[in-house]
Formats: sequence, C-alpha cells, structure tokens
Amino acid sequence: MNEFLTLMKSELLMTLLIFLLLFVKLGKGVKNETLLPLIQVLLLLNLIAGFFFNKTGNLFGDMYFTTPLMAFQKSLLNLAAYLISLLCSGWLKKTKHLPEFFMLMFSAMLGMFLLISSGNLLMFYLSLELATIPVAAMANFDLERKTSSEAAMKMILSSAFSSGILLFGISLLYGATGTIHFSQMAGLLDNSPLQILAFVFLFTAFAFKLSIVPFHLWTADVYEGSPIAATSFLSVISKGAIAFVFISTLYRVFGAMQDTWYIMLVILSIITMVIGNLFAIRQQNIKRFLAFSSIAQVGFILVGISEGGAAGLASVVYFVLIYIFSNLAAFGVASVISDHCGKENINDYKGLYKTNPFLSWMMALALFSLAGIPPTAGFFGKFFLLTAGGAKAEYWYITVAALNMIVSLYYYLRVVRAIFMDKNEQPIEKIGISPTVKMAFILCGTAIVCIGLFGKLYDYILSLI
Amino acid sequence: MNLLWLIGVPLVTALAVLLSRNRDQVRWIALTGAAAQLGVAIMLYFLYTKERSAGNTAAILFQQDHEIFSSLHIRFHLGVDGISVAMIMLTAFVGIAGALVSWNIEKMTKEFYFLLVLLSLGAYGFFISLNLFVLFFFLEISVIPKYLLIGIWGSGRKEYSANKLALMLMGGSALILVGILGLYFASGNSFDLVELSNMNLPAATQKLIFPLLFIGFGVFTALFPLHTWVPDGHSSAPTAGSMFLAGISMKLGGYGCLRVATWLLPAGAVAYSNIIIVLSVIAILYGAFATMMQKDLKYINAYSSVSHVGFSLLGIGMLTQTAITGSLMQMVSHGLMTALFFAVIGMIYDRTHTRMVGEMGGLMKMMPFISTVFFIVGLCSLGLPGLSGFVAEMTVFVGSWENDHMIYRIATILAAMSIVVTAVYILRAVGQTAMGPVKNESFLTLTDARWNEKLAAILLLLAILAIGLVPGWLNDLLRPSAEAIMQKVSAFK
Repeated sequence: MNEFLTLMKSELLMTLLIFLLLFVKLGKGVKNETLLPLIQVLLLLNLIAGFFFNKTGNLFGDMYFTTPLMAFQKSLLNLAAYLISLLCSGWLKKTKHLPEFFMLMFSAMLGMFLLISSGNLLMFYLSLELATIPVAAMANFDLERKTSSEAAMKMILSSAFSSGILLFGISLLYGATGTIHFSQMAGLLDNSPLQILAFVFLFTAFAFKLSIVPFHLWTADVYEGSPIAATSFLSVISKGAIAFVFISTLYRVFGAMQDTWYIMLVILSIITMVIGNLFAIRQQNIKRFLAFSSIAQVGFILVGISEGGAAGLASVVYFVLIYIFSNLAAFGVASVISDHCGKENINDYKGLYKTNPFLSWMMALALFSLAGIPPTAGFFGKFFLLTAGGAKAEYWYITVAALNMIVSLYYYLRVVRAIFMDKNEQPIEKIGISPTVKMAFILCGTAIVCIGLFGKLYDYILSLI
Repeated sequence: MNLLWLIGVPLVTALAVLLSRNRDQVRWIALTGAAAQLGVAIMLYFLYTKERSAGNTAAILFQQDHEIFSSLHIRFHLGVDGISVAMIMLTAFVGIAGALVSWNIEKMTKEFYFLLVLLSLGAYGFFISLNLFVLFFFLEISVIPKYLLIGIWGSGRKEYSANKLALMLMGGSALILVGILGLYFASGNSFDLVELSNMNLPAATQKLIFPLLFIGFGVFTALFPLHTWVPDGHSSAPTAGSMFLAGISMKLGGYGCLRVATWLLPAGAVAYSNIIIVLSVIAILYGAFATMMQKDLKYINAYSSVSHVGFSLLGIGMLTQTAITGSLMQMVSHGLMTALFFAVIGMIYDRTHTRMVGEMGGLMKMMPFISTVFFIVGLCSLGLPGLSGFVAEMTVFVGSWENDHMIYRIATILAAMSIVVTAVYILRAVGQTAMGPVKNESFLTLTDARWNEKLAAILLLLAILAIGLVPGWLNDLLRPSAEAIMQKVSAFK
C-alpha cells in the first residue's frame, strides 16, 4: 500500500486536485479571484512534491512502472502547468468556467503521467486518449468565438484519426509478438516485415501528436483558434509529454529496430525543420507563427532522439526543460497583449518597445532562446541536441540542422525587429502587469539566462538515466 | 594573473549599467568599466612579459580549468599566449574609445551601453578560452548586441543591414558549429584546444574539417566572397558600433582562422593555402578598387577594411612565421586604425550631418584637431612609415616573399600594388574633406572635438604610434606564439 502511494504520487496528487476542483464547483459562488491563487499555490506544492520520494518500481502487474527519470519528466510538466497558471492569469480570471478549465487540464495531465509510466499497450492507449480528449475541450474554451470551436473540431478529428492508426499498429504488434507488455515485447522484435509495418503505424500516430511534417496540418489552425492558455498547454505540455513517451518507447521497446527508425527520424526531422521554418517565415498571427516555430523545434528534438542512447535521452529532456521556459515566456507575452487589447498580429507589435519595455525584453529573450543564440539557454539545448545527433558522424545531417538555425533566426528576428525597430503611429498602449504575471516572467527570464550557465543540471539529468 | 578578471570586469560593468538610474550614471559607469578593463589588459601585458622574461616557455600561460558539463567534456578552460594578449589589449583600447565617443548618445543610453559592454565581454571571453565550446559561446554572444546596435541606433538602411549581418554571421557560426562537432567526434570527444593541438588527426579528416572552420571564421573577418555584410553593416551602425565591428569583431574571425583552423588542423591549412592566398589577393584588390568608387566616408572605410583585412588573411595563407606575425600585427594595427577612422567619421558626421565627401571641404579651418587626426589615420591606412600600418603590411610582405614559389611571389606583388590604389582613395577622401574651400556656409560655425572625443582619439593614436615607432615590443609578443603555430604547420609542408 505504501509503495502504491509513493510510486503513483504524481498521478494521485493530480487526481486529488481534480476532486478538489469538483468540490469547489459543487459549492456555490467561489469567485475566480480567490480560486485562481489557490490553484496556483496547489500547483506549486504539487511541483515541489514531485521532487521527493522518487523510486523505481512496478505496479498492477507491469501495467504501470516508474523511474526517477520519469518522475523528473512529470515534474517538468508540473512546472509548465504552474507557469501557465501564472502567465495566463489575466485570461483565466475572466473566463466563466475556471474550475472546469483546470479540471480538463489536470485530467489531460493525469493522462500524460500515466502515458509516461505505461507498461503495456492497453494502458498506453487508454492514457493517450485521456491525454488528448480534454485538450480538445480546452481548445473550445473561448465559447463566443467560432474559430475556437473550429479548432476543437479539428483537434478531435485529427486525434481520432491518429488513434485509429495507433490501434491498427497495436493490433498488428500484438499479432506479431503475442504480448501487450512492453518489457516482453522488446525481446521479441526482430525486424520482420509485419513488425516494421506495425511500427510504422505506431510511429505515424506519434507523428500526428508531435505534429511532425507531413502530419502537422492540424497544428497551426488549432493553435490559432484556441485561447492562448490552451495553446501554450498544447505546444509545451502536450509536446513535451509526447516527446518523452516517444523517446522512451523507441529506446526501450523498439531498441532492436534502431536501424529502421534512425533513417525514418533523419528524413522526417529534416523535412520537419525545413517545412516548419519555411512556413513560419510568412505567418502574420503570432500564434500561428509560434505554431510553425514549434514544429521546427520538434524537428530539432528528433535530431537528438536519433542518437539512440543516454546522450540523446538526456539532451531531449534538457531541451524540453529549456523549451518550456522559452516558449511559455513567448506565449505569456502574447497572452498579456491579446488579453489587454485582443491584438495577435505581428504587425501590431510594432513599436512595442516604446510603451512596454519589459514585455519587449521578455519576448526578445524568449525568441533568442528559441533561436538558440547565447547567452540564452536555448543555445545549450540546441548544441547538445546536435552533439547527440552527430554521434553517428553524419556531418551532412548536422550541417542541414545547423543551416536551419539560420532560417529560424531570420523569422525570429522579424518579430524582434517589429518590436524594437519598426515605427508605429499607434503602438499598443502601456499595459499594467499584475505582480503574479510579472513574477512568472522574471522566473522564465532568469531561467533562460541561467540554466545554461549552471552545468550541473545536465549532469543531474544524465545521472537519472 | 587570474584571467577571470577579464570577463569579470565587463560583467560587473554590464550589471551596474543595468541598475543605474540616469544617463550620467550610465556613461560614467561604462567609462569607468572600460578604463578598468584597459588597466587589467595592460597589467596582463606586463605580467605576461614578466613571466616570459623570467624564462617561462610554456606555450600558454595563466591557465585555469573549471568543470561545466563534465559528461560532454566541456570545461571552462582559460589561458593566454602572446596573440591573445595583443588582441585583448586591442579590444581594451577600442572599448574605451567606443565608450568615449558615444558620450552624447541620447536615445536609450542605458540599453546602448549595456549592449556595447556585452559585445566587448564576448570578445574578451573569446580571446581567452581554450575550449571550443566556450569559445563558440563567446563568439555567438555578440550576435544579439550587434543586431540591436545596428537596428536601433543605426542610420540608413539599418534594418536591412542588421538582418544581413546577423544572418551572414549566423551562417558562419553554423559552419563553425559543424566544424567543432566534427573535431569533437574525430578526436574521440574533446573540445579542448590544447589537447586537440597535440593530437595528430588523420590528414584526410583535417582536410575535411578545415574548410568548415576557416570559411566559418572567414565570414566574420570578411573573407572574399563572404564580405558583403561588411560595407552595409559598418555604414549603418552607430559610430561605436562600427568601431567595435571593424576593430574587434572582425578580429575574432581572424584570430579564429589562426587559432582554431590553422593551429588545430595544420594539414588542412597547408592543403588549402593556395585558395586562401587567391581569395585574399582578390579581397585586397577588389576592396581597394571598390573603395575608389565610394563617396560616403563610412563606405570608404568599410570597403578599405575588406582590403586591409585581406592582408592578414594573406599572411595566414602564406604560412611562414614572419607572414603570420605580420598578419597578427595587421589585425592589431587595422583594429586600432579603423576604430579611429570610424570615430573621426562619426565626429565629422555629428557636426556636418553628412558623410558625402563631395559635400564637405575645408574642415581643417573649423576643426583642426579632428582634421589632423583624420590625416594621420589616413596616412596610417596607406602605410606611411612611422605608423602601425606600415609595420604590419611590411612584415606581411617580407614574410610572403620568404616563399620562393612563383605563385606566392605574384600574389605578394599584386597585394603590394594595392597600396598605390589605397593612396589614391585615402588622399582624395582626406584631402577633399579637410582641405580646399568651405563648400557649405553653415559649416563655418562648427566646433572642434570635445574632451571625450579628443581623449578617445589620443588613446588610439598613442597605440598606433607605439606600434609604428617602436614595433619591437609587439613583434616580441607575437612572434614566439606564431612560432608555436608554425611548428605544427611545418610538419606538413
């Protein structure tokens, strides 16, 4: 019993939070202003609790298992959830259904936690559904806007489609190996054609969720239509969780098929980086812009994943940690501005520096980190991904990835230029930032500047593996 | 000496600038920081020569080594040799001059000085790092300040120039990144310069990686045909920005070509030396002739920089000890000279609000100090004996002539001939600006240099004269370190 409590700590805490919110909803008249700080505090406590009593162990006959690395990955997702609750508090306070929003968010996160820890295909499929469906409801949260419903519809259809493909893959895999347990399956894989076919189906389902090109078409529309809190959840927490699961599935279960998936990853990562970058250049809406930039970032993550060992795993976890801070800071600025005056176009940002220097610097810092320019942490993240990906000594592959960094710098600079250099008769007026939001920004900014200089963190992640 | 001082002082300055309250505080903090940095640099020089004269013959002095990412073999490994000491002094001189000439910046003073300090921090870090990752980190740190300095405080087509500069330098960085990773994997996971230089990598690997690193650093130092960011970037940048770009940032590339590409991959350097020579001769001649056609003072200096930097690349390509010493001298000399040139152009522009040579004339009457400095720096640029330019270029030519093959001789002669062209455009520009009748009535009321401008000019002039009149000390500083590099190369010649 005691083991059950400690091993499933993250999931149990999430469930507890969901039930707490349910009770709050039952009671009448709790205002958003009082509820939101409470949720923020609870999330912070949840985040801190994630760092204690982390052990390795199995539960429910191998259905569920966890390691300290998985606990760390879950803590990263908790951290992102905490930051979102702070950064988007302007929008959250105004929304009519605050408890529901967080209930959906926590349910999705519960699904992700179970997904990360899943030990067999059944658990895997169930938790993946749990991690997806609530997000579609979150995308629909701007009830007055048609685009929000459209986003939710697109999201639900595309995830239903990818679930179908996943189930296909799962059934083939079961047929080929005769087991649904990951631990047994790993030893039974021998690159037979049926297994490769099953793997391709499974891979495709992941590619949908991670929006790897050419399975990315839903991403931009969903990002644009959803409220920013949901968009940042999608782009950071969803992406991060799926990336963790993807890498651990590839390494743990399909380790024997490395030759197959290495080629797939190389090809797909190049296409993803190139298409993501090229499409980002022309975007006008900041959310669509960040959507394509996050597609390109996923391409980079794939470079790291292709390594196939501890260095790849560590560099991906490290990159996701940095990506959480950088991307959330960018979305946070977009959220504050959109919340204040509804403007989401990059052209509206012209002359922002004159009126809002703090927000401008935050945005610039976040974008430079996404572009991988030192001294920001993004530089370290990208360098380590490339170091991992280059271990096979395929120099042309690294060269393509490095050249993509130039393209990405081009469009990130487009936003920086609008903010700092372009003139505008009517810039966005001065926006008062509440202390909580400011604190979250400062947290992100400090992390972006300092993570890279604090080298022990990478070694810590490596030691967890 | 603890080399952490060199990055500690700018770091503290940058933080102090951020925390300061008004414009006056910002300027004085930045100036104090730059002065302190100059003091540290000069102290470094004296301590370095003291160690050397005490008989310390280790290639690299004042080493220190701290762990950062131990699992990836990334260490904070610092150390200096004569080359780095010379470059650090150059950076310190240009740094304080840059802080002085920007005294009257009104627009966002705090941000301006912060970025300026950050830019010099990158240069100091770059010159003292002995770990490729750390070196690359410091090289890249300057991308943001350069971009913002040009884009916000610049003039003319500043957004275009800032974008072009950032993207081209990023392109160079991408090649360097691949080269560094190539070295890392080829050497069995080492980023350490000293370790790598003692490893004899297979010649085929060296020939594969050398072009990546050399071209990558070459973009920074205006290697033909990747020099196109130089004219636009320099002419659009604010005065201090141009000074830092041409005086310091371009030297990062030259230093990298030598320290990283040539030192670590000598077989590659030997294999590609012909191509380097051809490209640098083209740059020298093309730069000189292109300058003849320019009418804007900043463009004149920017294109002449392409030509002058060509000499230092020529010296590297020639691969003799004298030529490499000359190449390094040219880097220092050109850094000082071009910084002073841009400073003077900035002073003139601040007063006349034009940079077109044709619209000026007779400035000597109103601003004798500025015009005199302009003359001296012009003469330095065309290589008048007694000034630093002559010493450096002469050393390059003598070193080049040591190669007796016909191609090297022809290249040397062609390069030397460019000096005539230099004389034409320099004398024309300086003469038309300072001499002759005053073309514009409104110029008659203009004033001469203020104290800060005078101080900046005098500091740089002193350095130029110190090299021009007594070049021995610089030669003694650079030659042993150049010899260490040549030892590696001569094994493959």
